[in-house]
Amino acid sequence: MSFLEYRLKTVPTGAAKILHVNWALVMLLTAIASVGFLMLYSVAGGRMEVWAEPQIKRFVAGVGVMLMVGFVPIWFWRNMAGLAYAGSLMLLVAVELFGSIGMGAQRWIELGPLRLQPSELSKITLVMLLAAYYDWLDIRKTSRPIWVLIPVILIMLPTALVLVQPDLGTALLLMMGGAVVMFCAGVSWYYFGAVAAMLGGAIAAVFTSRGTSWQLLKDYQYRRIDTFLDPSSDPLGAGYHISQAKIALGSGGWAGRGFMQGTQSRLNFLPEKHTDFIFTTLAEEFGFIGAFSLLILYALVLTFCISSAIQNKDRFASLVTLGIAATFFFYFAINMLMVMGLAPVVGVPLPLVSYGGSSMLVLLAAFGLVQSAHIHRPR
Amino acid sequence: MRRSARDTDESAAKVTRRGLFLGGSMAAVVAVLGARMRHMQVDQAEEFRLLAEDNRISIRLIPPARGLIHDRNGKLLAGNEQNYRVVISRDDAGNVEDVLNRLTGILPISEEDFERALKEARKRSPLPIIVSDRISWDDVSKVAINAPALPGVSPEVGLSRIYPRDFDFAHIIGYVGPVSDRDLAKLDEPDPLLQTPKFQIGKIGVETWMEDTLRGKAGNRRVEVNAVGRVMRELGRQEGVAGADIRLTIDADVQNFVQARLGDESAAAVVMDVQNGDILAIASAPSFDPNLFVRGISHADYNALTENDHRPLANKTVAGAYPPGSTFKMVTALAALEAGAITTSTTVYCPGHYEVGGRKFHCWRSSGHGKVSLDRALGESCDVFFYDIAMKVGIDKIAEMGRRLGLGERHDLPMSAITDGLMPNKAWKQERYKKEWVIGDTVNASIGQGYVLSSPLQLAVMTSRIASGRAVSPRLIHSIDGVAQPAPAGPSLGLDANLLNSVRQGMFAVCNSQRGTGYSARIDDKSMRLAGKSGTSQVRNISAAERASGVISNNDLPWIRRDHALFVGFAPFDAPRYAAAVVVEHGGGGSTVAGPIVRDALLRAMSDGLPPLSAYPASQRNRIDTQQRGLILRDAEGNLPESTRA
Repeated sequence: MSFLEYRLKTVPTGAAKILHVNWALVMLLTAIASVGFLMLYSVAGGRMEVWAEPQIKRFVAGVGVMLMVGFVPIWFWRNMAGLAYAGSLMLLVAVELFGSIGMGAQRWIELGPLRLQPSELSKITLVMLLAAYYDWLDIRKTSRPIWVLIPVILIMLPTALVLVQPDLGTALLLMMGGAVVMFCAGVSWYYFGAVAAMLGGAIAAVFTSRGTSWQLLKDYQYRRIDTFLDPSSDPLGAGYHISQAKIALGSGGWAGRGFMQGTQSRLNFLPEKHTDFIFTTLAEEFGFIGAFSLLILYALVLTFCISSAIQNKDRFASLVTLGIAATFFFYFAINMLMVMGLAPVVGVPLPLVSYGGSSMLVLLAAFGLVQSAHIHRPR
Repeated sequence: MRRSARDTDESAAKVTRRGLFLGGSMAAVVAVLGARMRHMQVDQAEEFRLLAEDNRISIRLIPPARGLIHDRNGKLLAGNEQNYRVVISRDDAGNVEDVLNRLTGILPISEEDFERALKEARKRSPLPIIVSDRISWDDVSKVAINAPALPGVSPEVGLSRIYPRDFDFAHIIGYVGPVSDRDLAKLDEPDPLLQTPKFQIGKIGVETWMEDTLRGKAGNRRVEVNAVGRVMRELGRQEGVAGADIRLTIDADVQNFVQARLGDESAAAVVMDVQNGDILAIASAPSFDPNLFVRGISHADYNALTENDHRPLANKTVAGAYPPGSTFKMVTALAALEAGAITTSTTVYCPGHYEVGGRKFHCWRSSGHGKVSLDRALGESCDVFFYDIAMKVGIDKIAEMGRRLGLGERHDLPMSAITDGLMPNKAWKQERYKKEWVIGDTVNASIGQGYVLSSPLQLAVMTSRIASGRAVSPRLIHSIDGVAQPAPAGPSLGLDANLLNSVRQGMFAVCNSQRGTGYSARIDDKSMRLAGKSGTSQVRNISAAERASGVISNNDLPWIRRDHALFVGFAPFDAPRYAAAVVVEHGGGGSTVAGPIVRDALLRAMSDGLPPLSAYPASQRNRIDTQQRGLILRDAEGNLPESTRA
């Protein structure tokens, strides 16, 4: 269904759009962000001005951006997808050339007062472009190899640029986010099966070749992989952080040690406690009840997005919504798996909770797209 | 582009199916996350809580103050002194090596300390690194002034041992030193205190033997630490128990006098109370400064001590075993008297030698003493008399008497390397050398030569027992933590009073008869008169050829081959109070070298200050006065005179 077929009478216009905003989603996002404010206040040792206050300001600004994006018709965003994608690619190139160094990788770009992480932005623009691509593509061609190759190339371009930064976590998120959009658009299972089989085969080959005459990687590379997969094999490096995170999480117990009473975070045993490891502080201070509640909030956000997407007859709208939901899901799932010791340590923040400007702004803008899709759905 | 309605519905249906599948997969992952959370936070919560507490709580030992050691009058002999040291805390310092390098520009840090600190820095330990111990207040100020350039560096105050009367008590109290791996290996369950950095324990002497009493019990602090080990707050504190103070039987002033009187000789002197065994002074010379060992002695200083032929590190009073020589003659006499082999009036003719078993034994006076009784035999130290009575009584009775008087027996004092000495008998020689005891052995033993060996302490005990008639035992610890230690008077020796008196008379004659060997060491003051016995023990054999051509005088021999000079004595003769034994290694004649020292030591013990000149024979007073003025003595506070301080 294309925009020409919208019966404009049924699509809210002007101030009426305010009524059609999915306010429940806004409330949910606010609730999640509030958990973040609380934890940022706690890990700063009871001080607002360190992390909580800037985070609140950014959230308020972000909600404004979300509503502004949401009020703009979804077809406008579809038409902008190509431009947005090209813009984010240029920013990725720019960050490679002029970007400043952050956390050992080139990720930041200074745009006046705004400190932008183009890799965050590209996650969303990629989802937008792929959704627009499948909206444009004749659905009968979806699984034809040539038409499958094009989105793969579209995914690989930003992924490659992010990998050279190097930011393995974001690169993975980009690939997975793109794959989800392709999957939801209806690309044949065989492609996914083939990719999975190839990946499995490659990994198996790398590992079985170890110690044989045809060893594929160098010894030190294997040792790096070992540490990556099992941080406890390096108890003083990455393993120290992950075991401290697990201690914090586990010691929370049922009800936690109490607000601002978490010894692991207060005494600095936790690494990156205001960013990637903030979930452990929540789990330590509010226990299973607190941690599980946050998980439920995240799950509810996903539920809203998926139900909005499957009810939406507009192909671009539902694919964008699903793609954003998946990106959001990968964020918190990988972060939680990481701090619980089920996944290797990659720098993925906890969405809306971890301290960080561009990630929150980009996410809220993305939810603006979800809102726009919701408001302007065909009725 | 326009799309047919069929396509649209088909596309929407596909997106719905795939979207639901996606949602289902996400739900599965969320379920895994929830289950994992539950497992960690509910099932394993207890373990993780323990680990978190383990992280957070650190138990720090508080070293107790070591017990003080005083003399019998409460003068401080071993104390604790506040000292300053410089420590670096890892997390504040950043690059420890950098900071250390900057610190070497300010403080004198030895290469050894530097290396040790670097090694320490590489360990992942929350404890601060001790860089420099015992630094002066000046250096502390320098560190304080340069604090901005020295991140993580801070001065710390600790206690360290100090021996204010250094040389006088080195052999008695010993010293403390850092705990070595060997010390730890000796203990089954070492006190965790011993593993704290820079902790010191007794290495020799009273410090070692009374270690458990002096050490005290460590207190502890339960502190909350952060990830880099900095103490955030104290959770609990349990005060330790300071080590118990010890009071010795030694009189620091008498000890000082005796030590000074021995001077540079290689000598030992023991002064003890004949009534209760209290040791008033027990000095071994030359001595050393125990404070050097506490601070960590330099190689040069240590080599100087070990290479000195006068062996300053040896505690000759208890560890030195010397042939007692003629000081042993009382034992032979008492054995013979008690066995009835002789009476107090028995006389023996001394022609200057004694022939037995085809061998000729000489008296020290080759012209002989003529007809001698016990009284004269002791007084003039006639050897032949004792050869003769020893033949009559036999070695086993003599050895038994020696043991009763405290020879050949280890006297248990809290000092290191105490010797048993040797009181030989027939069975001993059979066992030791698988040889028959021969007559010559008895003859030699009768005058304290041959196999007989005894320490100055044993000789002092022997003299005390003869003086008191009781089996007094030496005592060094007066009281612990204010509780007096038992001072048993000792059971009676069971010797007939008349026999004992005759021997004491003989000893009186030594110092008070004009022909006595120790006449020059007499005390003139009637209330303090001295009874004693000289001894000169050979450290070489005198060949027949040498004897024929005239025995070489000690002065013509190299120091190491000269005779040992010995003297034992007690005073006052009429009411015995103190006994003393002095051995001067390679000193020459006992009566001329050791005798005056015994006299001075006993007079000092009986007086409040320096021995009064009036106690000495008038003819010697000028010389004694000069000698006394020459002694370098401490004042009441234990300080040496200004001019002698290094």
